[in-house]
Amino acid sequence: MEKSQYELNKGLAQMLKGGVIMDVTTPEQAKIAEAAGACAVMALERIPADIRAAGGVSRMSDPKMIKGIQDAVSIPVMAKCRIGHFVEAQILEAIEIDYIDESEVLSPADDVYHIDKTQFKVPFVCGARDLGEALRRVNEGASMIRTKGEPGTGDIVQAVRHMRKMNSEIRKITSMSKDELFEEAKQLQVPYDLVKYVHENGRIPVVNFAAGGVATPADAALMMQLGAEGVFVGSGIFKSGDPAKRASAIVQAVTNYKDAALIAKLSEDLGEAMVGINANEIEIIMEERGK
Amino acid sequence: MRTDIKIGVLAVQGAFIEHEHMLNELGVQCVEIRKKEDLDNIDGIILPGGESTVQGQLLIKLGIMEPLRKMIENGLPVLATCAGLILLAKHIDNDSVTHIATLPVTVKRNAYGRQLGSFNTTANIEHIGDYPMVFIRAPYVKEVEEGVEILATVDNNIVAVKYKNQLGLAFHPELTGDTSIHKYFIDMI
Repeated sequence: MEKSQYELNKGLAQMLKGGVIMDVTTPEQAKIAEAAGACAVMALERIPADIRAAGGVSRMSDPKMIKGIQDAVSIPVMAKCRIGHFVEAQILEAIEIDYIDESEVLSPADDVYHIDKTQFKVPFVCGARDLGEALRRVNEGASMIRTKGEPGTGDIVQAVRHMRKMNSEIRKITSMSKDELFEEAKQLQVPYDLVKYVHENGRIPVVNFAAGGVATPADAALMMQLGAEGVFVGSGIFKSGDPAKRASAIVQAVTNYKDAALIAKLSEDLGEAMVGINANEIEIIMEERGK
Repeated sequence: MRTDIKIGVLAVQGAFIEHEHMLNELGVQCVEIRKKEDLDNIDGIILPGGESTVQGQLLIKLGIMEPLRKMIENGLPVLATCAGLILLAKHIDNDSVTHIATLPVTVKRNAYGRQLGSFNTTANIEHIGDYPMVFIRAPYVKEVEEGVEILATVDNNIVAVKYKNQLGLAFHPELTGDTSIHKYFIDMI
């Protein structure tokens, strides 16, 4: 990938900031999401809560189904491939997807290597639980990062943990003296230049969204106040009682994430939230996938 | 440096911080617009890149649309980039919904296709000179009505226009290190 293409790909993530990216499984859901104010949609066959319930191996979605969603909306369309499955990524690039999520929500195809994302023209977003994971993904060519959280649970605790951890590690590097950065790069298993970037800029070099377990406007605003630059909502919308209303409320809560009076109003009468599973009670831990 | 003015940056969604950084670099005070009260006492406004469908809906839901349209009609200087240009356009070629609709042009959304069609180039802008242009899932201007000045074209497509107090760009000056467009806008105030 040329440097200018990488800048364009990072730029697209910048345009998504302050927005909500929603998981959708049909063109109808995609239209509901777009009408409710989604800044992009993630096309997938099953939302994480259902993947979790179904068990087994979960793979990239049917390209025809993804194309149906691309035709239904004018906003960017993302899709997931398995960690390390570069052929699934090639297929998604061939159908001109706007962003590929190399995602731990699907069953990993490679338990050692991630995709060499520098070989693609199309942009990638990857999950991370801490700064080391985030910078390793950036080094592999990811142009956007999101917290992993614990997908399909409706439990925000892991996303909070991941965002807090990343931020505290960034603060630590910011306050280090220059000669300590070499050792820090070794500890994080990332190139020195990326650690130096964090030291000088107080942030990672790409946009950082929150994902995994966001179910309410308050959850979304919480992640924004913790420093997320936007939010992915997976199961939280179409597993709830009134998807259109909840989606619109979450969008507005992300824009005005510091306005508690408005978020209070937005949180009224949303119908039933997704049931949720306590992240401590689940058997498949998706966040452990891909380090 | 202009310390006498305050520029609003629409901050409902998208790349608004990048515009704020540019204004800060030029020593100009700016304020984020997230609700209609924020529009008080601004001398100009920037509509940033992002997703126009999202921004348009939020302008309505947050009650910003009507007062902002009136202010622009009454001469408030506005700089609109990418999604912002779509918000400003009176006609949208491939969409039945328009938004602020004060700029008498027809724009085409996602005119270069999906992300794989995004590109960089350098082209001349009238009054400003050569400028590095970043096009991301960008629109272009298909037609202009009388009185609209065409400032720049790329491959025969119109990518920058000016109409009275309104400056519309299909690309993203906020993603470059070049502040000359922002300087030009400040001089319009």
